[in-house]
Order: sequence, then C-alpha cells, then structure tokens
Amino acid sequence: MHIVVPIKQVPETSDVHMDALTGTMIRSGNTAIINPLDLYAIESALKLKDRIGATVSVLTMGPTSAVKVLKEAMAMGCDAAVHLSDRKFAGADTWSTSYVLSLAIRNLSPVDLIMTGERATDGDTGQVTPEVASWLDLPLVSFLSSISTVQDGILEGERLIEEGYQKIRCLLPAVVSVVKEVGEPRLPTLRGKKRAMTYDIPVWTADELKAEESFLGLKGSPTRVVRIGTPSVIRDATVVQASGEYSLKSAVSQLLDFLDEKGLLTEGGTHA
Amino acid sequence: MHDVWILAETGHNGLKDISFELLARGRALADTLGVKLAAVVIGGGLESSEAWRLIAHGSDIVYVVQDSRLEHVTCIPYSRVIEHLIRKHSPQILLAGATTTGRTILPYVAVKVHSGLTADCTDLAIEADTGNLLQTRPAIGGNIMATIKTPDHRPQMATVRPRSCRPLKADPSRSGQVVSELFETAWDDDRFSVEDIRVPEGDRVSIEEADIVVSGGRGLKKKENVVLLDRLAHLLSGETGASREAVDRGWKSYPHQVGLSGKTISPKLYIGVGISGAVQHLAGIKTAECIVAINSDEEANLVAMADFALIGDLFEILPEIQRQIEERRRSS
Repeated sequence: MHIVVPIKQVPETSDVHMDALTGTMIRSGNTAIINPLDLYAIESALKLKDRIGATVSVLTMGPTSAVKVLKEAMAMGCDAAVHLSDRKFAGADTWSTSYVLSLAIRNLSPVDLIMTGERATDGDTGQVTPEVASWLDLPLVSFLSSISTVQDGILEGERLIEEGYQKIRCLLPAVVSVVKEVGEPRLPTLRGKKRAMTYDIPVWTADELKAEESFLGLKGSPTRVVRIGTPSVIRDATVVQASGEYSLKSAVSQLLDFLDEKGLLTEGGTHA
Repeated sequence: MHDVWILAETGHNGLKDISFELLARGRALADTLGVKLAAVVIGGGLESSEAWRLIAHGSDIVYVVQDSRLEHVTCIPYSRVIEHLIRKHSPQILLAGATTTGRTILPYVAVKVHSGLTADCTDLAIEADTGNLLQTRPAIGGNIMATIKTPDHRPQMATVRPRSCRPLKADPSRSGQVVSELFETAWDDDRFSVEDIRVPEGDRVSIEEADIVVSGGRGLKKKENVVLLDRLAHLLSGETGASREAVDRGWKSYPHQVGLSGKTISPKLYIGVGISGAVQHLAGIKTAECIVAINSDEEANLVAMADFALIGDLFEILPEIQRQIEERRRSS
C-alpha cells in the first residue's frame, strides 16, 4: 500500500498576536511550520502504516525553505519525500496548485491513498484536496473523522458533516481529507530525525513533471487577488461591571434589554 | 444571457436555509447584471412544492435533477450533473454554500470546467466597469479580507459562508420556470457510497447553523460547569460552543470547537463565557452579528471585540441571566 500525503508550509501562528486597532497579525519571528491540520493526515497515514503496512510519501510544493517541513514529516515516520519547486509555480491559486500536485502524484504511482489535512491555516480554502481528486478522476472522501477498516482495496469510515457522522465506503485508490478527530499527531522520533537528516529529497520542477506551462503559477491561475483590506475588530463594547448583588442584577438586566432590542431574546429562537 | 446560478442544498427536511441565503445573494447580483437567477436542485426525490419555494424566494428558473441514485450527496455524480448543466446553459456565476457539500463538490467541478473558485466568501459584488464578480473573503486566519476575481474564466465560482446574509422574504406571487433535467446512468459512480448516518446522542453538532451560540472557555474551571452553558444555550434555543482549551480539556467534544482550529461561525448572537479570546478564536467568530463577552477580566481580547460585555463572576452572572430571562418570559 502506498500513501501520499501532500503537505503545506505555513507561517507559525502561535507566536502571533493581533493588532487591536487594525486587526492585522503581528508576527514575532518568521517561522514556517507544517500546516497544523496536515499533521492529522500524516498521523492517519502512519497509523495505517502501523496497522496494515504501507509506504508513506510526503509531498510539498513551495520554495527551497519548504524542505524543512518535508524533513519534519520524515522525522515523524514518513518513508519518502518529494519537493516540487520551480519559479514557474509561484503565485499559483488552488486550481494551479492542485494541477502540479496531481502531476507529481501520477509520477509516484502506483498510489492507493492520498491523504490531506482539511485545509491550510493560512489560505484556509480547503479546495486543493477535492481539486487534486478531480484532476486524478478519483473518488473523494472529504472531512473523514475516523477510519474503521482498509482492506481488499476498500476504505470504510466516517465523515463529519453538518448532520452528524456519515458512514461511508470508498474504493481505492481515493483521495481523503481528514479532520482533527482522526487522532492526535505523534511526535518526531530521534530515529526519524536521523533518517530525515541523511535523506536526499529530490526536487521536481515543471519540466520534470512535463507540466502544461499555461496552467502554472500566477499566469495559470483562474483567480486573482485584487484587493487586501484589514477588517476592524473593535466593536466598542458597552462594558458593564457585574459584581455585588445590586450591580449584578442591573447589569444582567441591561444585557437582556440590549438583546431584546435586537430581537435576540424571543422564545423558540430568533426566526421571525 | 448568461445567468447567475446557485446550488440549492436539501436535507431530510427539504431545502436547507443556505439555499435561501444563496438566493438572496444571487438575486442582488442578477439584478445588478440584468440577468436571470437560477437555482440548481439535485436530490433523490424532492417535493415539487420545494421548487416553488425557491421561486418565491427569488429564483427565476429552477433546474431540477431528481433521481433515486442522487439521494445522498456524492461528489462524482453531483459534479457530473453540475458540469453537464454548466456546459449546456453557460451561467456566468455559480454560488454554493461553504458547507461540507459545497466545499466538496464545487472544487471538483472547478477543475472539470477549468474555472476559478473562491472559498468561504462573506461579501459578493459586481465590479462596475467589467461586470466581474468581486469575491471577498477572510484570509490568513481571518486577519485580512481579500477580494478576489476570476477575470477570464467562466463560470465565476464561489462558496459562500453560511449565515453571512439573510434570506429574502417569500413572495408567493413571483413567477418562474421549473426545468427538469434527466440524470444519465453514465454519470453514476459506485466507488463512493454512503451507508448510514450517526447522530451523536444528546450532542448536536451544528454550531455553524445555529442563530445563537453560547461558548465557554477556561474560565469555566471544570467539566461539571459546562451545564451552565448548556442551560443558557437551551433557554435561548441556541447551541453550545467551546474554546480550543475547553475542548482540549475534554469539557466539550471537538464538533463544538469554535475558532480557526474548529468551526468558523457567524451566528446572530455569540456569547463568550470565560473566554479570553486567542487570535484563532476571535477569527472564528469575527462575522458574528452580535458578540457578548462575560469575563472577570476587563482586559480580555474578547471584551474589546464584543458589542456588550459583563465584567464579573460567571458563576454569579449565568444563573442571574437565566433567572431574569425566565422572569421576563413569565410576565410577557
């Protein structure tokens, strides 16, 4: 069984705070990490490796610095890594990114399962995974929350959707995106780290992938960012102290008046 | 003319709210462009009265594709239906909900029809001189708003955040056209199938669809206190949410988690109890219509972001809120 896990390098956000006036992120340092939600895809792949045996390949498209996240994935236990890097890829939207990833996945064939995180914490679109499935004409299992079995070329598990947990069955090869519920990601091991250090990660360029030039990078992207704005987050709250018996009662009463005025206190919901 | 389309969604109770929200969005765009608005409704056997509800809520045309094989939302057959309709009728815009359905199917379609797709939009407008769709969405953890367009490819596709606008009032006098389209056997695909649905008992998960969400954080101190949130949520006919810390401590299950690491929500009312407001949490509730913070610390981030804040002990405040709401309801 061969599992491919496409991952993304994103800016570290835990050391980020918000500028209260403009609502922009202030980054202390400039650390890049594996997209935190991708760790769950890596974990799911490694769990399958532990359970039924598999080779796990990680894949990322990005600048030279992105090698770091591939090494980290290998330190967790992934067996192989490929780095997709070319100036021509720069500025790609999800359509173009998914095209390049799908070419690389074809190059890695035979592939039984492609596992990804639900979305990246920076772009936050969650579009690349279904788009990869579409390029490869493979079935897609999005929002997978648990895997019960993988055998005889069939995956059974549950998807987390608005209505609850949907039990599904899917023939392999397939593309799967996982949500956090699949299980807490493991930590890198010393052995994994050593292997990652000595592993020579191949770099595949547009030429090597025989990519259609007009599908690449900013030029090949159907969408364009035309404007960036900063939303204001300050709402100018009415702040009321609510301690001590009298002030508690009056503060709560003020809150309820406020909510009532907005029609938010109606019994049986706000459906007017 | 190239029309504006929306993808309606159905559940076991018929059309979902998102369908009507999309119609309100689509209606405004179609009117600006001077074209018709059409709704596409795919499913396993929808009541024909439902198509007329779409018309009453703003649609001019309803494309109905109903077949027993389409009972469950399945990516490949649904995508093939939409791809076929797009090629046949050439809409200029296609909107779907940023739901598990829209987020699964629209990207699949976008590749097949070679067009651009923008995720999770909170604002849509038509650019005056070009007629292009301007799609605005939160990015980088909700800290910036990016406006995106698809200048050279059609249809311009977007998923729209649920609850980010209100449906139009139904107008039963509106007229429209219902067009049935056949599902072709070749579009079916048996590689993926839905077997069953499991709804966790007493633990509803749809905080994204709730009008009112009452969330708790570290300030609750222990799991037993979550019941205070549940009670208030119940009283307001809302849902209970939780901060990442509360979920990590096992006080609430993951489907309740609010924030970028959990669910991004835009309810009409968000009440954050004992939540200081980490960036990732704030980004997940930024588009809520009204935010109330209940916190002992006046300096908490969530207080700055709230419309109304009560500063004090939540263990005193929550029971008092409950008491006063009950009192008001008795006397009204």
